[in-house]
Amino acid sequence: MKTVEELDRIRKQAQAMTRLREGKETTRIVVGMGTCGIAAGARETLAAIMEELAKRNIQDVVVTQTGCIGLCEQEPIVDVIKPGATKVTYGKVTKEKARQIVASHIVNGQVVGEWVIASA
Amino acid sequence: MEFYRSHVLVCGGTPCVLEGCKGVRDALIAEVKRRGLDREVKVVETGCLGPCDLGPVIVVYPEGTLYQKVHVSDVPEIVEEHLLKGRVVTRLAGEGVQAGVVKYEEPTYLGVQERIVLRNCGTIDPESIEEYIARDGYRALAKCLTEMKPADVIEAVKKSGLVGRGGAAFPTGLKWSFTARADADQKYILCNADEGEPGTFKDRLILEGDPHSILEGMAIAGYAVGADKGFIYVRGEYVLSIERLGKAIEQAKALGLLGADIFGSGFSFDVEIRKGAGAYVCGEETALIESIEGKRGEPRVKPPYPGTEGLYGKPTVVNNVETIANVPPILLNGADWFRKFGTERCPGTKVFTLTGDINNKGLVEVPMGITLRRVIYEIGGGIPGGRGFKMAQTGGTSGGCLPKELLDVPMDYFTLPEHGSALGSGALLIMDDTHCIVDIAECFMRFFEHESCGKCTPCREGTARLHEIVAKIARGEGKPGDLELLDELGSAMQVSSLCGLGQAAPVPIKTMLRYFRDEFEAHINDRLCPTGTCGT
Repeated sequence: MKTVEELDRIRKQAQAMTRLREGKETTRIVVGMGTCGIAAGARETLAAIMEELAKRNIQDVVVTQTGCIGLCEQEPIVDVIKPGATKVTYGKVTKEKARQIVASHIVNGQVVGEWVIASA
Repeated sequence: MEFYRSHVLVCGGTPCVLEGCKGVRDALIAEVKRRGLDREVKVVETGCLGPCDLGPVIVVYPEGTLYQKVHVSDVPEIVEEHLLKGRVVTRLAGEGVQAGVVKYEEPTYLGVQERIVLRNCGTIDPESIEEYIARDGYRALAKCLTEMKPADVIEAVKKSGLVGRGGAAFPTGLKWSFTARADADQKYILCNADEGEPGTFKDRLILEGDPHSILEGMAIAGYAVGADKGFIYVRGEYVLSIERLGKAIEQAKALGLLGADIFGSGFSFDVEIRKGAGAYVCGEETALIESIEGKRGEPRVKPPYPGTEGLYGKPTVVNNVETIANVPPILLNGADWFRKFGTERCPGTKVFTLTGDINNKGLVEVPMGITLRRVIYEIGGGIPGGRGFKMAQTGGTSGGCLPKELLDVPMDYFTLPEHGSALGSGALLIMDDTHCIVDIAECFMRFFEHESCGKCTPCREGTARLHEIVAKIARGEGKPGDLELLDELGSAMQVSSLCGLGQAAPVPIKTMLRYFRDEFEAHINDRLCPTGTCGT
């Protein structure tokens, strides 16, 4: 290695891969993955979110799952929690809706109002 | 670039390997794939996570959930419940966890810890140079080579107050300056990884968990003193350490972080591994040098010291693994940052391996000057079965014994000697009140008799006689005057032995005589072992 810039470049790339172990506050997308969620297609929803994030090279977002919150008929349910902002809950999130949420809410900061079922 | 939503870290330190972590890792990978999660969940094998007694240990990120004593049969449940449905398997998450999520960073045994040396241990994949670089790896080397003069590097280490962590506590910056000043065509950096003290396994776990920090530290030392060649002398039994070091060296060479003209500075540095053959005395620096030269591992007469005349007669720096692991963060963050940890006289942290009669056995890193009481009762979780504390031995078999009276003495390299003890290399052996002090002493002395290399008379004869006298006392054949003889013999060995082995062998006996004399006297005068251990 001949320059410090080269090292910096490798570090930035590698940090993106290990970021989720650092425990820093970052945007979280939570997918409901109870039996109800899975039956309603939450696996496909989650896969679509992962794909969309990868496609757009977004690395500072954490994707996790949660259990049933009692709104089974609204599944698949997806929460988007940005640091310092209130939690936004979307209902009946299909693969297509999931991609749209990543594009407008995560990337552009625009909540997709018509699909929101709760915001607190 | 691969993007995963979850990382599952499987502890791959030797204690967990013995508990079967490789099987758990393979089962995890297979189950994750079977469930179709292999594009979402990454399984990473790391170095030691610390709670060795609870192995195999795994941590699931981003939540940071720690699972303990995970068996292959638990894997399907973890994958289905946690990785698929996002529900913590509380059954495996340890005691005191009910509904919530237990965070790896939060349990009490990590609460009091400060992690400088173990900053990457259990967090990164030790076989990935990229993960080391992600955590600021090789930045300190870059800073030294491009912004600092060798003298500045030595000055920074001096200012940090770092002292040797192998047990002798010699100021590291001062040691480097001797070699830097020496005029020679060739100089060497040696990393002493011949960790022979019974009960000490910190260097092993540092090497396994973060091998690149050692390579970086050695390269910085090489730049500071003007050496272009380094050797790591590691115990042959440390198979995993050797394997991971070998991989690390290859990776660093491939990226040009070892080799010629690093960062275009004109500085070149190479590292080779040398395996030890299992002699305790080879942890002594001059015996280690003899061994690398291919000779019988016996200590040399000092002076001359290795700093001016070491390997192949050339100026040589010999530093312990833990000492070297401290070097990159000191250079990166500055001496003042380092002095914020520990005490005024002894800054920084100390890595201990907690063993013996203690609930949380394992690897911990605590600020210098912490009391034994806090280590045992806050981090170690106390003594099993609610039994009483009898003594702790710091620094392996050659370390001093600390009785109940010293539970609140700050543990650092300068305070403990004032109480006739020593901090040593970093083993912390805890014993409860069911153990007999004479029995323990007999065991220790047998070890030294076996390990004395026989080169100098005080050690060769002294260790044999110490063992003989203590064994007699244990058998109920002790006679008046034996204790005085032990004391006198020990003092003679301390001043006349050639190397640290003979000088340190009497330390446990002397501290035991000082703090547990009545137990020895009971064996001699009343032919009675108060704990009923010895066949008196």
